[in-house]
Amino acid sequence: MSTNAIQPVLDYDEVLESFDPVMGLEVHVELSTHTKMFCGCPTDFGAEPNTQVCPVCLGLPGALPVVNAVGVESVIRIGLALNCQIASWCRFARKNYFYPDMPKNFQTSQYDEPIAFDGYLDVEIPSRTGDGVEVFRVEIERAHMEEDTGKSLHVGGSTGRIQGADYSLLDYNRAGIPLIEIVTKPVRGAGERMPEVAKAYVAAVRELMVALDVSDARMEQGSMRCDANVSLMPKGSAQLGTRTETKNVNSLRSVERAVRYEMMRQGAILADGGTVRQETRHWHEDTGVTTAGREKSDAEDYRYFPEPDLIPIATTTEQVEALRATLPEPPGLRRKRLQGEWGYSDREMGDVVSAGAVDLIDASVAAGATPAASRKWWTGEVARRANADGKELGDYALTPAFVAELDSLVRSGRLNDSMARQVMEGVLAQEGSPTEVADARGLELVQDDSALEAAVDAVLADNAAIADKVRGGKVQAAGALIGQVMKATKGQADAAQVRALILSRLGVEG
Amino acid sequence: MSALSREQVAHLAGLARIQMTDAELDKMAGELAVILDSVAQVGEVTAQDIPPMSHPLPLTNVTRPDVVRPLDERLTAQQALSGAPAQEDGRFEVPRILSED
Amino acid sequence: MTTDLTRLSAAQMAEQLASGAITSVELTQAHLDRIAAVDGAVHAYLHVDAEGALATAREVDELRARGEQLHPLAGVPIAIKDIMTTTGLPTTAGSRMLEGWIPPYDATVVARIKAARLPILGKTNMDEFAMGSSTEHSAYGPSHNPWDLDRIPGGSGGGSSSVLASFQAPLATGTDTGGSIRQPAAVTATVGTKPTYGGVSRYGLIALASSLDQGGPCGRTVLDTALLHELMAGHDPLDSTSIDQPVPPVVEAARSGDVAGLRIGIVKELTGDAYQPGVQANFDAAVAALTAAGAEVVEVSCPHFQYALAAYYLILPSEASSNLARFDAMRYGLRVPPADVALPSAEQVMASSREAGFGEEVKRRIIIGTYALSSGYYDAYYGQAQKVRTLIARDFEQAFTQADVLVSPTAPTTAFRLGEKLDDPMAMYLNDIATIPANLAGIPGMSVPSGLAAEDGLPTGLQVLAPAMADDRLYLVGAALERMLQEQWGGPLLDRVPEPTQLSKEG
Repeated sequence: MSTNAIQPVLDYDEVLESFDPVMGLEVHVELSTHTKMFCGCPTDFGAEPNTQVCPVCLGLPGALPVVNAVGVESVIRIGLALNCQIASWCRFARKNYFYPDMPKNFQTSQYDEPIAFDGYLDVEIPSRTGDGVEVFRVEIERAHMEEDTGKSLHVGGSTGRIQGADYSLLDYNRAGIPLIEIVTKPVRGAGERMPEVAKAYVAAVRELMVALDVSDARMEQGSMRCDANVSLMPKGSAQLGTRTETKNVNSLRSVERAVRYEMMRQGAILADGGTVRQETRHWHEDTGVTTAGREKSDAEDYRYFPEPDLIPIATTTEQVEALRATLPEPPGLRRKRLQGEWGYSDREMGDVVSAGAVDLIDASVAAGATPAASRKWWTGEVARRANADGKELGDYALTPAFVAELDSLVRSGRLNDSMARQVMEGVLAQEGSPTEVADARGLELVQDDSALEAAVDAVLADNAAIADKVRGGKVQAAGALIGQVMKATKGQADAAQVRALILSRLGVEG
Repeated sequence: MSALSREQVAHLAGLARIQMTDAELDKMAGELAVILDSVAQVGEVTAQDIPPMSHPLPLTNVTRPDVVRPLDERLTAQQALSGAPAQEDGRFEVPRILSED
Repeated sequence: MTTDLTRLSAAQMAEQLASGAITSVELTQAHLDRIAAVDGAVHAYLHVDAEGALATAREVDELRARGEQLHPLAGVPIAIKDIMTTTGLPTTAGSRMLEGWIPPYDATVVARIKAARLPILGKTNMDEFAMGSSTEHSAYGPSHNPWDLDRIPGGSGGGSSSVLASFQAPLATGTDTGGSIRQPAAVTATVGTKPTYGGVSRYGLIALASSLDQGGPCGRTVLDTALLHELMAGHDPLDSTSIDQPVPPVVEAARSGDVAGLRIGIVKELTGDAYQPGVQANFDAAVAALTAAGAEVVEVSCPHFQYALAAYYLILPSEASSNLARFDAMRYGLRVPPADVALPSAEQVMASSREAGFGEEVKRRIIIGTYALSSGYYDAYYGQAQKVRTLIARDFEQAFTQADVLVSPTAPTTAFRLGEKLDDPMAMYLNDIATIPANLAGIPGMSVPSGLAAEDGLPTGLQVLAPAMADDRLYLVGAALERMLQEQWGGPLLDRVPEPTQLSKEG
């Protein structure tokens, strides 16, 4: 089979000249519950293999599942936040297929009775003009509960990949961790912006999960995963094209790239008169292409049936309303409110959002920092590093409390701007709190007025010609004097104060 | 009416992951025909408006609190692996897996 | 008083242990000696744990000597069906697939038995994964009916019924998916109860069909069975389908046996030509005895029972095909690589291991279940069977408005000969015709001895059925019948069972 050879792609604009893209996204979110979906095993990340298992999640003969109450509450809250209906009665179902990482050889999931259905999520994409945003509504088909699989390690062969491995090693610590699957209805009408919509949707779901405090939703750790179904419809046709399902898309950037790539790959096939194969494809972050996986034939038959070992879930209006009352402010509305409170421009707010700094700024302001300083610090050096390292702002030693502390040091006059930047570097290098870093590095503005006055007088005496110019009204010439004073005080003086002092000594209004 | 061809039985055996020889498939096809003819009787009942019964008792909402079970009610890696046909480094060793899920 | 301790009822053993007349070590050793003497002929046990049983017995004797408060059945030995997981003891469910597997956990029922300190003599034989009515589908060879070693002891719990009937244990556990406790009881003149679905925890009972399976007690007397029922039953948070309510007063009912004024319904569809004459005659006599004891008899009709067998043989294989998928040679159990492949894949090893590890009946049912659930057939088969199930439950509801309990013969015939129905799966399935409806509806049922058939001298049983959570009514009727019939017979039927060693073995 040559299906994994590099495939031709059609120019993106040409794709859009002939086709309308249709997309469906399936997002799997791992809940951050203390225990697994159907047993009391812990869910800690990174434990020794097969140490977080019991007869239930190991699928031992005779073991039986019991539903995690917080798992049910979480999916109802997710459903409500996605503007879904909540089923008044629903069951779990078994999805039967054999795979070594699945201990029972069926996945306990939901089939034709999802607990949440028919919702939508409004996502924001940058407007075409570059300032402000456009809102695109993504319809939600369903959100349902299921369980994760174990992890396999492929040993031998040359690549360490699944192909060519001699054998595999299985760890079932992850097996049974609660997963919520969120499925969109087919997304149409986004045209050339489809890849951006895909990324914005996944980002919005991620933001929602964090706001709901139900998952840490970290794509790079696998606690949030995305499968993208893409197909192309010839312009003017009402007939949906054959779709592919691209798996292994594990970053926001990949979501956008993978959708774009599939549009271009399928476009090339269709433009050439070929047919798209209905199959699973795998995204390769490094090469930026998808390769063919399992063919999704009609013969694939999961033999779903209601799970007899689990009791149906029935919800009352009161229960649902009680959970609705626990929902956080929707992230979009919250952003608008905060932008107003903080006085940011659209562009400033856009930078803050794309840096993932909203919550951190909110916390920093709450800790006493000014909105302006908070924005400056969170979208500055630390954001640059996070971007370069592929990490998140919260992964560094900087905290909202440190930002507030640093801002207070500046406002009290102890640090000037350049000193504050040095302190920030120290904080990021894990040297301690801003005060500790400033103390350790000996950073402090000269506060002793007599010492500063002496320095000013010395500079004025040494530069009488310039002083005369200033006296004569050329106030901008004072810059040279200020620079000399700053040099003499090794930068430990406040430039504004120096300027004021020079002007007052020379009898000039500032 | 309910007879299954050998190919159909082979397909079912594939879904059920049971290897079968041609002779076994033929024998199974013959036995299944008799059984399926008999169980097909359920189709004689008029039951359009009858709700299907998946659970014998009308219970709902049986859940457990999200609390970790103590270690002695779970399994150590050693216990988990105690019945394993093969193991390595605290993991279950299984033959090479053909295709990604 | 008899000197053979194994002939006592469990209740008598408990009394004599409590009074200090005997020790648990003596009692346990007597059973181990009995096993050594007769199980070669009966083949009721797959595994005997002399050491473990004696250790528990010694512990009970020591605790009792110290005056500790003990469970009433503490020290009374018991046999466990091999479908229940037991730490330290092999658990095979009668399958080659699990040969030598020692579970790392105890079934809830086993944990309760251990906590009450009943010495566990061993694990009893059964049809592979409880699929069968004869134990002939055990991968380890059939058990033999102590009444006639050439005949089947019933199934799937034929190991448990035959240990009781050959005095190799006074108590045994069972599981009943379509009659696996009641039919073996009927053909061996012992007692067995399938409790209300959810009455006994299924945690640690290797699943056949999750919505039908129910663990339950087996004994030689109605009281013994009630005592074990009480010990096994009760809410278990590890089983979502477990009923969170008090256990019905089964022991009290077994001690009372008062059926005066009780309305007993004869199910029209579960009598007649399909039943062997001696079975029907003993049933009629038993109903007459109950009438004499003050019960009122009515006839009820359950029109959808004629579809019960068909619905059952769709629902059971469907659930079983999924439940048995976990036996794939990856984490436990038999692993048999294909003979002719150099570096076989996991998929190939799964398929060849399942071929080697499962017997024919298991494969047959897995394939039927896979078919009944597959897309395009689901609605006609599994879906339709579940609707029929609803209709059968409604038939019961209707019948229980007219009667407090329902009765029928437990099985259509007495024990048939080993091998007689092995090549005819449908004939084998027909054995369960009277017991299946209770599993479909989730209601409790019991089989109690009704006599020996005139034509072959073999035991027959009467089945009592009650509404969900009215398990105590089974014991009222069972105890009344036991008392009335034993007066007629001049003692328990089992007094007449031949010594297994005196009979020639099959073949």
